[in-house]
Amino acid sequence: MATTSTTVPSAGPFLGSRSFLARLREGDEIARLVTLLFAASVVLITLLIVYELWQGSVLPRHKFGFAFLRTSVWDPNFDNFGALPFIFGTVVTSAVALFIAVPLGIGAAIFLAELAPARLSDALEFFIDLLAAVPSVIYGLLGIFIVVPVMRDVIQPALKNTLGFIPLFKGPAFGIGFLTAGIVLAIMVIPYIISVSREILLSVPRDQREAALALGSTRWESTWKVVVPFARTGIMGSIFLALARALGETMAVTMVIGNTPAIAASLFSPGDSIASVIANQFTEATGELYTQSLIELGLVLFLLTFILNGLARVLILVTSQRGSAHA
Amino acid sequence: MKRIAAIFLMTFGLADFFLARAALSINGAGASFPEPIYSKWFDEYHKKDPNIQINYQAIGSGGGIKQITEGTVDFGASDGPMNDDQLKSFQDKHGFPVLHFPTVLGAAVPTYNIPGVNAELNFTPEALAGIFLGKITKWNDPALTGPNSGVNLPGNDIVVVHRSDGSGTTYIWTDYLSKVSDEWKSKVNKNTSVNWPTGLGGNKNEGVAGLVKQTPNAIGYVELIFAIQNKMPYGKVKNSSGQFIKADLASVTAAAAGAAKDMPADFRVSITNAPGKMAYPISSFTWLLIPSKFSDASKRDAIKGFVKWMLADGQNDTEALAYSKLPKEVVSMELKALDKVQ
Repeated sequence: MATTSTTVPSAGPFLGSRSFLARLREGDEIARLVTLLFAASVVLITLLIVYELWQGSVLPRHKFGFAFLRTSVWDPNFDNFGALPFIFGTVVTSAVALFIAVPLGIGAAIFLAELAPARLSDALEFFIDLLAAVPSVIYGLLGIFIVVPVMRDVIQPALKNTLGFIPLFKGPAFGIGFLTAGIVLAIMVIPYIISVSREILLSVPRDQREAALALGSTRWESTWKVVVPFARTGIMGSIFLALARALGETMAVTMVIGNTPAIAASLFSPGDSIASVIANQFTEATGELYTQSLIELGLVLFLLTFILNGLARVLILVTSQRGSAHA
Repeated sequence: MKRIAAIFLMTFGLADFFLARAALSINGAGASFPEPIYSKWFDEYHKKDPNIQINYQAIGSGGGIKQITEGTVDFGASDGPMNDDQLKSFQDKHGFPVLHFPTVLGAAVPTYNIPGVNAELNFTPEALAGIFLGKITKWNDPALTGPNSGVNLPGNDIVVVHRSDGSGTTYIWTDYLSKVSDEWKSKVNKNTSVNWPTGLGGNKNEGVAGLVKQTPNAIGYVELIFAIQNKMPYGKVKNSSGQFIKADLASVTAAAAGAAKDMPADFRVSITNAPGKMAYPISSFTWLLIPSKFSDASKRDAIKGFVKWMLADGQNDTEALAYSKLPKEVVSMELKALDKVQ
């Protein structure tokens, strides 16, 4: 590519041969500049957010330094702030959510894209889009009134009786806590995974399937060994969209997580998440250090999302290289 | 096009008409607890004097203090009095002090859900502090069975529920516990949100009420008004005279009357654990925060006019909305203090 572009401009032979002014007159240059500006605004907004969060959290950054990330006491009365329980809660609930939502979501997407009749698939897609549009506070209410009692009276006792020897399923069953928050989050993010994965699977070229079938594979073999690997990058993308949503979800989580800054091995334990504590405490926070510590939590959430997204990119890169090596 | 232009003109014309009616618009922000009574008052006052329109945003006490200090609103409102640092930062910024004016009274009540127990429980200060410190963990602890003879309290673990959001109700509750328990004061202290030694957090009164209702053997605290409106059971609390008092409009006003004798001139007073035989001990004022100097004389007169009306006719609206009214002593003190606003 690089060698050809010395003789032929990368914008194409026809476009490149005209002068800047000519392109400006015909609108191409204007379109380029305007759309560039739009694209740049995304970067600008991101940088502004980081800048504001950084500037807004001067006091706790100087007072606590990295101890803010390592300590677990959150005490507004004695000016002691540590983010660890909130980071823990955010990561654990998101992990539980993905653990449940990924297999369910991808399985459903495969059915809709590959196996279901087109008419059924479109009808179900309508319901999935509907689910994705339900406000999170509604999920929170359903969580409180339906999921929590079921968890407390049925699921948690059952887990305790069967898997109680694992520390994950020990302790008193309140019905609220990490596990319940994770389950509610899973219900919320499944539509994203299904919807995006289905589109990706549908966009896999027909000849890929036909080639596999022609080589004598069954329908499931062509789906699982050819179509899904082909769509792997896009499916990963849907999972990261879901992860981002789970990390930042506020209302639904705060209603079922128990709002207790605790680090516990048991998924039954009540906990708290970064987004939830900010929503809970920001309006009534008095005192500069307290307010700024909450802003620093926002910064931590931003960085956490950034890091997990970065890891996601690396993962995509690694798996897609392996995929192409096989192909 | 013509039609759109006509609609435009009409909209602006109408807006202009209404804006011209409300010649003076006053903005306030703060506590959400008194919002229902404030909205009613501002609405009624606007009917009485159509030239004055008072807008109120219930953004929370902390927000009210911030906004009045920054000068973005004409008055603030808070469930907890401003502390000395906050008063100083207002004074430093504006060159004159901000004043507190009590408007109505509120209270926090202990609500519980013990399967098989329908009786109205009696709570001593020691029992409440012990439960919320995580030291009393069973319902049949002697601190609970003692004042509740005749009630068959089970040996189940107590599940403590508190507010997870910053709130004036938490301020009142922790202010009370700080007064009756030295251990609470040194370990936890009072604030709109604290580092709870134990328990689950529920969002707002609804969240606490929901958790208590759903979780067997739970105890939590909610605003008295919320408990009354939702017909929730709540217990009596032992006051400083040794009486077990049930929170209601009269016993909360009695707490304010008990504290009125020692009322400081700036009205920044906590009336939890107040003296008085009939006083409910977990009560509190809620305050308007009004700057002592206005550059705009018409705004000053409007706000003073409103406060005067609120202290007289306005107090008659309170009980219909389940707020306790101010005792007479406090009303007359406030009328005097109003002269300080210039």
